[in-house]
Amino acid sequence: MCLAVPAQIISRDEMLALVDMDGIQRSVSVMLLPDVKQGDFVLVHAGFAMQLIDEKEAEFTMGLLKELAEHGSLPE
Amino acid sequence: MAVYPNDHIQKAAAFFTKEIDRLSKRPVRLMEVCGTHTVAIFKAGIRNLLPEQVELVSGPGCPVCVTPSSYLDTAIAYSRQKGVIITTFGDMLRVPGAKSTLSEQRAAGADIRIVYSPLECIDIAKNNPMKKVVFLAVGFETTAPVAAATIIAAENASVKNFFVLSAHKRVPPALKMLLANGDVNVDGFLLPGHVCAITGESPYHFLAEQYHIPAVVTGFSAIDILQAIYTLVKQIETGEALVGNQYKQVVKPEGNPHASRILDQVYGKADAVWRGLGKIANSGLELRSNYTSFDITNDMPIDVPNQPEHSACRCGEVLRGKITPRECLLFGKTCTPEQPVGACMVSVEGTCAAWHRYGTWRWQG
Repeated sequence: MCLAVPAQIISRDEMLALVDMDGIQRSVSVMLLPDVKQGDFVLVHAGFAMQLIDEKEAEFTMGLLKELAEHGSLPE
Repeated sequence: MAVYPNDHIQKAAAFFTKEIDRLSKRPVRLMEVCGTHTVAIFKAGIRNLLPEQVELVSGPGCPVCVTPSSYLDTAIAYSRQKGVIITTFGDMLRVPGAKSTLSEQRAAGADIRIVYSPLECIDIAKNNPMKKVVFLAVGFETTAPVAAATIIAAENASVKNFFVLSAHKRVPPALKMLLANGDVNVDGFLLPGHVCAITGESPYHFLAEQYHIPAVVTGFSAIDILQAIYTLVKQIETGEALVGNQYKQVVKPEGNPHASRILDQVYGKADAVWRGLGKIANSGLELRSNYTSFDITNDMPIDVPNQPEHSACRCGEVLRGKITPRECLLFGKTCTPEQPVGACMVSVEGTCAAWHRYGTWRWQG
């Protein structure tokens, strides 16, 4: 029930936003995340944007995995 | 958005698996609290990757599973009332009440509609002004703000025929109860990523501070989960206990304060009954006095007789991590995903359903 999926904001109008969810466009409420803007990545649950997905943090995690894959260890 | 290249993931998974194996010196039990984690763990075959001494047990983190049958009986009773439309997420339909399910009521003619978002209920209410639309508001801190926002939206749109039958629950008090009772013997927790997206990680600090048990907020990919297990095993072996966050791209330390404020505006804390666990102090949410007009039990009180749950069903012990589903006599025999007796077998995120669908129990005899 707590399943949530990532989506990108295409456009927004007041408290509704059009998002792209893996190629599918849907209207979601931004009542719980009123500061989002076009281009942002968000997590969507039950028709609501719940949280901003921090791209820098996602890239940081990816960087760690890359380092791990190349050197076989994690930085302490 | 960042996408992990496959070869990096495979190498990282191999690293974490090897390190977990190397670090594990003694038996440990780790509890994944969230039902979505339970399913992800089975789908990725993570149990098979772990050394024998690292045991994963599922906790009470499937909202459908912990909804008591008395709630279903009440929802069923409302569905039988003239002029009532019940709206619900799909996974509630087949959850057994004492004698029936919403699905059976729907087949018998009750107007029960599945919604993807509770916001749809507002349109249903506008299109059916002579009827009462009752949303079955079930879920943890991820879902409760969604119901709260819908109530505010209904109020702003002056929709008077939208109601909720509320059974929202909060995860931390349930974990606190399990630990305080000495009921579970758990060495570490995988914490629910999407719940923490709203609450942040601080509500779980008590695990380390009061019980010296490490915990990690984690995401839902196989690599997220393996990394979290690695972090927990490492802490357990060094005697450390911290509450960490490995899902920083989604879970901020403060969670989503705006969503928390909306939740707090509409709902206050209350005691709640959990299927199989009983009443837990402050583990539920009830509508605040400004919003009780949205409570169907106020608008249309109804008397529902209290019926006992199926006596042989051991969902309660499964939810506490005390037994595995295989130890229940009903499992796979009279209780299957097709003919579920308990809620843990109904929900796709239920522990029994995951064991039945993905477990290797069939081949182990």
